[in-house]
Amino acid sequence: MRSYMLVALAALPCLVPALLSAQGTGPARVDSPFRPPVQFTDEAPAPQIPADVTNDRRVARNYPDQPPVIPHNIRDYQVSLNNNQCLTCHSRKYVEGSQAPMISITHYIDRDGQTLGAVAPRRYFCTQCHVPQTTAQPLVPNTFQDVDSLITRPSDGGDRK
Amino acid sequence: MLDRRDFIKAQAVATAAAAGGISVPAFAQSSMVAGEDAQLKWSKAPCRFCGTGCGVMVATKDNRVVATHGDMQAEVNRGLNCVKGYFLSKIMYGQDRLTQPLMRMRDGKYHKEGEFYPVSWDQAFDEMARQWKRILKEKGPDAVGMFGSGQWTIWEGYAASKLMRAGFRTNNLDPNARHCMASAAVSFIRTFGMDEPMGCYDDFEHADAFVLWGSNMAEMHPILWTRVTDRRLAHKHVKVAVLSTFEHRSYELADIPMTFHPGTDLVILNFIANHIIQTGRVNREFVEKHCNFRMGQKDIGYGLRPEHVLEVRAANAKEAAASTPSSFEEFARFVSDYTVEKASEVSGVPKERLLALAELYADPKTKVMSLWTMGFNQHVRGVWANHMVYNIHLLTGKISEPGNSPFSLTGQPSACGTAREVGTFAHRLPADMQVANPEHRKYVEKGWKLPPGLLPSKIGYHAVLMDRMLKDGKLNAFWIMVNNNLQAAPNSDNETYQGYRNPNNFIVVSDAYPTVTASAADLILPAAMWVEKEGAYGNAERRTHFWHQLVTAPGEARSDLWQLMEFSKRFTTDEVWPKETLDANPDYRGKTLFDVLFKNGNVDRYPLSEINPDYENREAKAFGFYVQKGLFEEYAEFGRGHGHDLAPFDTYHQVRGLRWPVVEGKETLWRYREGLDPYVKAGEGVKFYGNPDGKAVLFAFPYEPPAESPDKEFDLWLVTGRVLEHWHSGSMTMRVPELYKAMPMALCFMHPDDAKARGLRRGSEVKVVSRRGEMITRVETRGRNKPPRGVVFVPWFDSARLINKVTLDATDPISKQTDFKKCAVKIVAA
Repeated sequence: MRSYMLVALAALPCLVPALLSAQGTGPARVDSPFRPPVQFTDEAPAPQIPADVTNDRRVARNYPDQPPVIPHNIRDYQVSLNNNQCLTCHSRKYVEGSQAPMISITHYIDRDGQTLGAVAPRRYFCTQCHVPQTTAQPLVPNTFQDVDSLITRPSDGGDRK
Repeated sequence: MLDRRDFIKAQAVATAAAAGGISVPAFAQSSMVAGEDAQLKWSKAPCRFCGTGCGVMVATKDNRVVATHGDMQAEVNRGLNCVKGYFLSKIMYGQDRLTQPLMRMRDGKYHKEGEFYPVSWDQAFDEMARQWKRILKEKGPDAVGMFGSGQWTIWEGYAASKLMRAGFRTNNLDPNARHCMASAAVSFIRTFGMDEPMGCYDDFEHADAFVLWGSNMAEMHPILWTRVTDRRLAHKHVKVAVLSTFEHRSYELADIPMTFHPGTDLVILNFIANHIIQTGRVNREFVEKHCNFRMGQKDIGYGLRPEHVLEVRAANAKEAAASTPSSFEEFARFVSDYTVEKASEVSGVPKERLLALAELYADPKTKVMSLWTMGFNQHVRGVWANHMVYNIHLLTGKISEPGNSPFSLTGQPSACGTAREVGTFAHRLPADMQVANPEHRKYVEKGWKLPPGLLPSKIGYHAVLMDRMLKDGKLNAFWIMVNNNLQAAPNSDNETYQGYRNPNNFIVVSDAYPTVTASAADLILPAAMWVEKEGAYGNAERRTHFWHQLVTAPGEARSDLWQLMEFSKRFTTDEVWPKETLDANPDYRGKTLFDVLFKNGNVDRYPLSEINPDYENREAKAFGFYVQKGLFEEYAEFGRGHGHDLAPFDTYHQVRGLRWPVVEGKETLWRYREGLDPYVKAGEGVKFYGNPDGKAVLFAFPYEPPAESPDKEFDLWLVTGRVLEHWHSGSMTMRVPELYKAMPMALCFMHPDDAKARGLRRGSEVKVVSRRGEMITRVETRGRNKPPRGVVFVPWFDSARLINKVTLDATDPISKQTDFKKCAVKIVAA
């Protein structure tokens, strides 16, 4: 079963550091979970620069308006006054050849709500919203629940105690 | 991997199984949800991050935030957010939210060297009050202090100001905004007699040219950058000039890119003034009618400890802010040294580019918007740099009209609203009033219904001085709210950490997450954040905007407002006010600080029935009245009729923010010009009414070098700063998996030749070493930042690698803001 499930498991943070929950009555360690367990005055070795995710697999959005993350390398992509390399695959006229997702129709709408014949200039710099991902594993789990999970599971009434 | 065909097959099996009553994975369940199940409650809120102040629509369901998107109706961003803003939904849901107060204890009692144990709010406040009272008794009000934030809501900052100044009678209150835009705020007051920009974001749609002075808007103000981009790409005549000490993403849009040597922006600014004068493009009429000239003080030191050799050597370190009256002719003579040849030689920018830049200002037909943030403000001559940019706008009269706009950007969501307008600086009171001014104190005492003479006149400790005083044992009870100063402060190993762990001190940190600052505290108070409370922020264009509480905070986490007000109940006036004051005003005897500060007939004026029934309001319920409204209305009275007019409280819950002064229901987009600003009368034309004579001030200043420059041993400039994906110290955004994975660690950006010369390459593990400390990271020679040879850039968001152990605690001597952009380091293999 080389399925989504494995991918999902791999994405689970396995590296939760020694941050004990502050619940209960025993002593609680309070450290920045991003910091190796060293004194403030000490510095720990730096891990390798993590590789970029380049598997070209689309990642589900947390909610409809979330800008999708970029599942490929964008190193040396030129986005300048004269050229936007992202659009050479993702603009409407090139997606047939590239089979890349077309930029959202919202990207043709200008500040005044008019739909333009081309990408709205204010949407020109793609990486302000769309970011590539590295293989770094998040150190702190995030308990955000998307709408679907709230609809299909019994509600906990927002109780996060 | 599952391909498309397999996926469809799996879905079909799952659907059949579901029909047979067999449980199936969630992803395979019915794809159509309708009716009530699909309903979300959408409410407006401003973004939690930078000073841009974008509007966000927030969807909640079952007391949880489930989605956000850019608010189409918000004038600032009209539907857009940056990547941080789009992920606001997830910032409150890091699994390690603090949900109980935690205190260092040994044998069941508070102990400085103890371990953290969960305690109740009562235990926490009992110990805190005991420490405060002991220290107040032993040492007096100078020994207590608070370090707040430009991320406080307006009423939180206002309540803190009341508690510290009127309650504990100390001005030892400063916001982290001191690290961020103190230089801008000080220059506004010195130039115009009033803080904050005359223009607004509408200038973006009117300007013909944009000049970025040391600001990387593409990453740090992305949504304002979309407005610059929109203007530049849609109007071919528009030019963008970008000045920085290293090449970054904003260069992608630059017509005139300019990389200058650190600190030499001062030379370029004086050259532009000289160019305007030499080419006869001074707007004589404007200058004669609306400007005064002053000669500034020189050789003013670097805001280091007074015994530091650079302070001892400086002629005027003690009177850094002084100046003498001067004239246009004297100013012209002063800047005449700053020729294009000199500017090019000192700055390293080619002459043609400098001339092209100067022409954007000199040409009367070009409407020009100057934009700056940390490049100017975090500068040992930050106040000068701010003045110098006003000089060139004033010489040409390019100010206070659409498109002609010197515009100081702010870093934090309420740097303007809370730090500046409310006045949470060590020297300020609401509405631009000053603690050192007896008339201002009297006015505030009256507004706060307090005995005359109660408010302290002595200016309190500023941010860097607080750290020094903690270390030196002179400041002993210290409360830190909504900031992560141990990660943010300069020279932190030597000057900040020592003070927090000084056995004489009791350090309290209120935060939502376990930051490095929290872990160095003695008591940690769990805080509610963003839409877990009703709030108000003020953005960089004078826009005040509100939001409702949309969800409840986890566990026992409570808002800073609740914490401040609840803590005030533990003190009586007899314990903290002088005997003479109480003897003269016996009515105030035997009352708690809560009674005299918050149950004063103003703050408790609005009943719970005025709260919108569609929204929870924990603080109001806890105290029995509409706290936020009472605090806001008491505060707003100080500015109404004085050029800082705020609209009635309820209005702000209806609209997407309003830019003050709001007069007769109308916001003001451009100040100081007749027809645009209701405070300028018919026939006055332009009036800088913040100053008594209605004129703005031009100051003449020279170039002076940074506090520390590279030498033989420490041979590189270190510049620190932020990145697009993370907000400040990363305590929220590092807990959003997508943002973490996009930018998981702070790297050392350097020129490939500089790396090669040291036997390093991309990925090499290195130490960044200064005279003060070191941090370990890896070399990055490509990517978004491309420093020239001799410069390295390291961001400060990463708590695993603390670059501020390396930085220098030199400040602008006038604004007391740290220069995080210039110190000397060496890079060695780790």
